[in-house]
Amino acid sequence: MDPLLVSIYVLVLATFVGFEVINKVPPTLHTPLMSGANAISGITIVGALSVATSSEPSLSNVLGAAAVAFATINVVGGFLVTDRMLRMFRKKER
Amino acid sequence: MNETLLQRVIVPLVYLAAAVLFIVGLKLGAKVRSARRGNAYAALAMALAIVGTLVHLGNIDYRWILGGIAVGTLVGLVSAVKVPMTAMPEMVALFNGFGGASSLLVGICEFWRHIVEKDEQGTVTEILGAKNAVTIALSILIGAITFTGSVIAFLKLQNRLNKGKPVLLPARHALNLLLGLGVIGASVWFGFIANDPQSISLGAWIITGISLLLGVLLVIPIGGADMPVVVSLLNSYSGMAASAAGFVIDNNLLIIAGAMVGSAGLILTQIMCVAMNRSLLNVLVGGFGGDSASASGGDSEYQNVKSCGVEEAAMILENAESLIFVPGYGLAVAQAQHAVRELANHLEKRGTKVRYAIHPVAGRMPGHMNVLLAEADVPYDQLVEMDVINPDFKNTDVVIVLGANDVVNPAAAKDRSSPIYGMPILEAHQARTVFIVKRSLGAGYAGIKNTLFENDNSMMIFGDAKDVLQSMIGEVKQL
Repeated sequence: MDPLLVSIYVLVLATFVGFEVINKVPPTLHTPLMSGANAISGITIVGALSVATSSEPSLSNVLGAAAVAFATINVVGGFLVTDRMLRMFRKKER
Repeated sequence: MNETLLQRVIVPLVYLAAAVLFIVGLKLGAKVRSARRGNAYAALAMALAIVGTLVHLGNIDYRWILGGIAVGTLVGLVSAVKVPMTAMPEMVALFNGFGGASSLLVGICEFWRHIVEKDEQGTVTEILGAKNAVTIALSILIGAITFTGSVIAFLKLQNRLNKGKPVLLPARHALNLLLGLGVIGASVWFGFIANDPQSISLGAWIITGISLLLGVLLVIPIGGADMPVVVSLLNSYSGMAASAAGFVIDNNLLIIAGAMVGSAGLILTQIMCVAMNRSLLNVLVGGFGGDSASASGGDSEYQNVKSCGVEEAAMILENAESLIFVPGYGLAVAQAQHAVRELANHLEKRGTKVRYAIHPVAGRMPGHMNVLLAEADVPYDQLVEMDVINPDFKNTDVVIVLGANDVVNPAAAKDRSSPIYGMPILEAHQARTVFIVKRSLGAGYAGIKNTLFENDNSMMIFGDAKDVLQSMIGEVKQL
């Protein structure tokens, strides 16, 4: 099978997995879940890493390094604020 | 260069493990008890993905990469630790924008290093293939819209841009349509027509410019109360942008993670829209509160509004067996979440049953009130969803509305001419006594009159939510 077709299969199936996994979330978790998903979207860091690789300074290296920095902020910040929020949720102790 | 076994087999397996961990993480993240563990799994998956990529890259110059990671980690760490809980919506929006910016830059770098820096002749399709021509354009387009859209959302949430009110440009729909056509034209030029590095990069800059502008234009007409919808939609976009970047660099892990974020964001967006009885298109086209408010603005004078002091309210609270708080955005603005909790503690000691009614779109992001109250240690099982609590209002002694307005407006259920007609509301008006804590009789976000304020069982307590609550605590202590 053509690699592009494989990628399209993966895209469509992953979209359905996303729908199935997230369906029926209690409203309490809407914000942390959105924030956690937001951190996951920082996966674009993998793309950023692969474009900032050559050693001589060039526009693509500078932009690539900027892409790495942006994605890292998204990942590190995203997971940390999500954890901060989730730490606060607790049941009443009786 | 021959790929080693490590690069051909081991790294893809590490990616697969990361994809599975992302799925498990999201799944656990959908339940309160396991959510924190789920987040840790997702973070671990991200670490695996990064290590896998670095191994795959092999023997390269790491200075640029390490520089980027160091700067990003520092900024992300500091802002995540320092941000106050009340500023969470804008922080999430801003992080989201950075993810979009990264996808945008990945798209640009990819054609730049393969075509411009090597000075290749021919169209992008001839050099990199039609798939890459399309996905690079998409990665730039979605990434740029996510970036500027999120930054505008961030500014609006901070009330820095026109005090968070919608900005309605004349002929904005025609303008957006024109820009949309322009970006399609530029993409076709970029991918299939331009055949030398200069004209290809010209095409890319035009796509970038228009998309950045589109992100701004799509979010400025949207008002504060619609922000939960926009923030979760932009979150969905950033996932799609990551997916597009995955097609560009042929990486299935990006496609998987991006697609899951994309669909998760769409579901949340849909939940928000249903909660407001509006279609997504209606929110995006915007203008809510702009045109309609001027139409109904004439009857916004209030009659027969009763107000009372804190002492009187405390006396009624003394005899109340059940109390429901209805929190809204005003609670976050006044930072009154701890005061609410303290008042609730005192009343619970006296035997009052205290609960909180949470409207799905209260606040400025999905679940905003839950996070805010959780910060003040309010147990989450006291926060009750709209559908569950609505039948209970008629058996409730006292309701205290704190900084909420449109979500308790009975006009949404009765008045067909109301701009918010059909939006499900919290039926606070059915309680025996309703206290509304508010600074003044100003209209809510939708700019319409709230008939709840005129009800016989309603009493206004004018003042800042935090001040009012603190004096109430003082009164209740003396009872």
